[in-house]
Amino acid sequence: MTENPFPLSKDDLLRAYRTMRTIREFEERLHVDFAKGDIPGFVHLYAGEEACATGIMMHLNDNDRIASTHRGHGHCIAKGVDVHAMMAEIYGRSTGACRGKGGSMHIADLSKGMMGANGILGAGAPLICGAALAAKVRGDRGVGITFVGDGASNQGTFLESLNLAAVWNLPVVFVVENNGYAESTAMEWAVSCDSYVDRATGFGMPGVTVDGTDFFAVHEAAGEIIRRAREGGGPALLECNMVRFYGHFEGDAQTYRAKGEVEALRASRDCLVMLGERVIEAGVIARAELQAIDGEVAALIEDAVRAAKAAPLPAAGDLLTDVYVAY
Amino acid sequence: MSRKISMKQAINEALDLEMRRDPTVIVMGEDIVGGTGAHGEADAWGGVLGVTKGLHAKHGDRLMDTPLSESAYIGAAIGAAACGLRPVAELMFMDFMGVCFDQIFNQAAKFRYMFGGKAETPVVIRGMVGAGFRAAAQHSQMLTPLFTHIPGLKVVCPSNAYDAKGLLIQAIRDNDPVIFCEHKNLYGMECEVPAESYAIPFGEANVLRDGDDVTIVSYGLTVHRAMAAADALARERVEAEVIDLRTLSPIDWDSIVESVERTGRLVVVDEAHPRCNLATDIAAYVGQHAFGALKAGVQMVTAPHTPVPFAPSLEDLYVPSAEAIAAAALRTLAPTGTTPRSIAA
Ligand SMILES: Cc1ncc(C[n+]2csc(CCOP(=O)(O)OP(=O)(O)O)c2C)c(N)n1
Ligand SMILES: [Mg+2]
Repeated sequence: MTENPFPLSKDDLLRAYRTMRTIREFEERLHVDFAKGDIPGFVHLYAGEEACATGIMMHLNDNDRIASTHRGHGHCIAKGVDVHAMMAEIYGRSTGACRGKGGSMHIADLSKGMMGANGILGAGAPLICGAALAAKVRGDRGVGITFVGDGASNQGTFLESLNLAAVWNLPVVFVVENNGYAESTAMEWAVSCDSYVDRATGFGMPGVTVDGTDFFAVHEAAGEIIRRAREGGGPALLECNMVRFYGHFEGDAQTYRAKGEVEALRASRDCLVMLGERVIEAGVIARAELQAIDGEVAALIEDAVRAAKAAPLPAAGDLLTDVYVAY
Repeated sequence: MSRKISMKQAINEALDLEMRRDPTVIVMGEDIVGGTGAHGEADAWGGVLGVTKGLHAKHGDRLMDTPLSESAYIGAAIGAAACGLRPVAELMFMDFMGVCFDQIFNQAAKFRYMFGGKAETPVVIRGMVGAGFRAAAQHSQMLTPLFTHIPGLKVVCPSNAYDAKGLLIQAIRDNDPVIFCEHKNLYGMECEVPAESYAIPFGEANVLRDGDDVTIVSYGLTVHRAMAAADALARERVEAEVIDLRTLSPIDWDSIVESVERTGRLVVVDEAHPRCNLATDIAAYVGQHAFGALKAGVQMVTAPHTPVPFAPSLEDLYVPSAEAIAAAALRTLAPTGTTPRSIAA
């Protein structure tokens, strides 16, 4: 093997690949099982967007908090939430991350600093300002990351939070996951400014735009602004341009997309393939090593589905518990 | 001419007819056209569940997609209403009311009173309510009691396609702000609906079934559960009268009281949580105005005091069932007349 030209160790590169492959396998399996009718409810897949969550989350520890979106599976996996618990949650089982009470749109694991996927657009931004405020008050060098879609970036809660974080100099990073669409509506139409960097500037914080399908670009940019926030330098905005491989939610026929658009994006901008090819070409990791990971991940997801299907349903009495701490 | 159409189609038809009749009617919401700015087919979505499908082809730019900014566009609909338009703004899921409630309860609802009776705000805010869709805690709520609490708002919740069409047409013509609640689990349900235009006045309940033994009052999806309960009760020789409120504010007190004066027994069914809801409201009203007629304590059947759970096995226990309604009716007939705490299942 030749010398490693990347700013990550071989172990970290393998870790990144494994995370991205896990997200991909998880989502593609949901796509298949949803079509079979096995999975109830609204399911929004993160496939195609894996480099963003992974490149960012590699800079975080359990003490750092994230606030996610309706498209949250990738954020969960990258933040270390247990894949078996996630799958069981999506299947509505008592072994789920939220004991079956939350479902796909509300997976959370507070012990991992994962403050929840969210069914309300823009809701994560104020919450993460609070998480960052708590970190600042505690003085534990924790940071808060909120993810927001291009569509949800037009919510008042998000825009107010940019200002609040700047005014209070909070250790927050606002990650705009720009996949070009909000449901069926194009970002080009719905977002009035030319660039999110301009928006950030208007709120008095630095903004950076990266190709969100390029794991290395995300990793590098996120590393810098997260370090800055951790050291008291204040908030920043990171726009990741990315691609959505499936519909807005499962069951979306996507007639608003041009014919061939998804196929072309899959062929030219598949972040997982791009990461794999780069590390193989550089001679840092052998194809067989990645294939071994692929096999392990496939087995993991298969086992998660098997376990979820075999797990018990919540008991009737569970309907009435968990509303209050004490009442 | 009348034919069978779904509640979804009936709402579409009401919007279409009113847009034709009145050029001041405009319709706005997230993805209600769909594909705006994108490069695929036009009119790609017609709303998240296709309720407004095809309207853009007929009415063009009077149907407007919005950015995902509810406080801005719901507020704009209210402002436009105060300036002479009749906007119908879709709030995809009523749960998103949390984002824009100020514009509704501090602005729209109060203009007329605060401005000394001089303002008119003929806005309709329509959106989905209710559980049973596996949509989890933030997309499934029955928030009707929050709306009925506010003076200045009118609140509508139809149980079938016929009523949905007539009530939506009335809502658009009405000169006050109307919160129009559409139960997502009723969208596919069909019934006979005339093709022509008609309006159903607010404040007139619909007696769906006559009976002399017990009165069951409800609205929305649980009306159908109440009807199923009445069928089950009939097999036990108990004749239930079933009243569908249709509008919650104003509410048809007279029909409720008239029925209870005849039956002497009342079951109120509400998909909302058990505290401070339509069921408690009606029970209190009847207790105050028809106490002498009551032969047993009023029974309330509601969703429990919990958020809506995701797991289908729990969600199925959440919404009041026909069995729970029938059991409540039988309790009003039991000699002891005990009144257990109202929880589902
Ligand atoms: C306050 C609120 N408004 C509307 C919705 C409905 N909704 C869910 S996802 C979505 C589109 C979000 O687009 P974007 O923010 O770009 O995220 P993406 O789905 O592309 O990841 C909409 C309109 C919601 N969940 N919450
Ligand atoms: Mg988007």
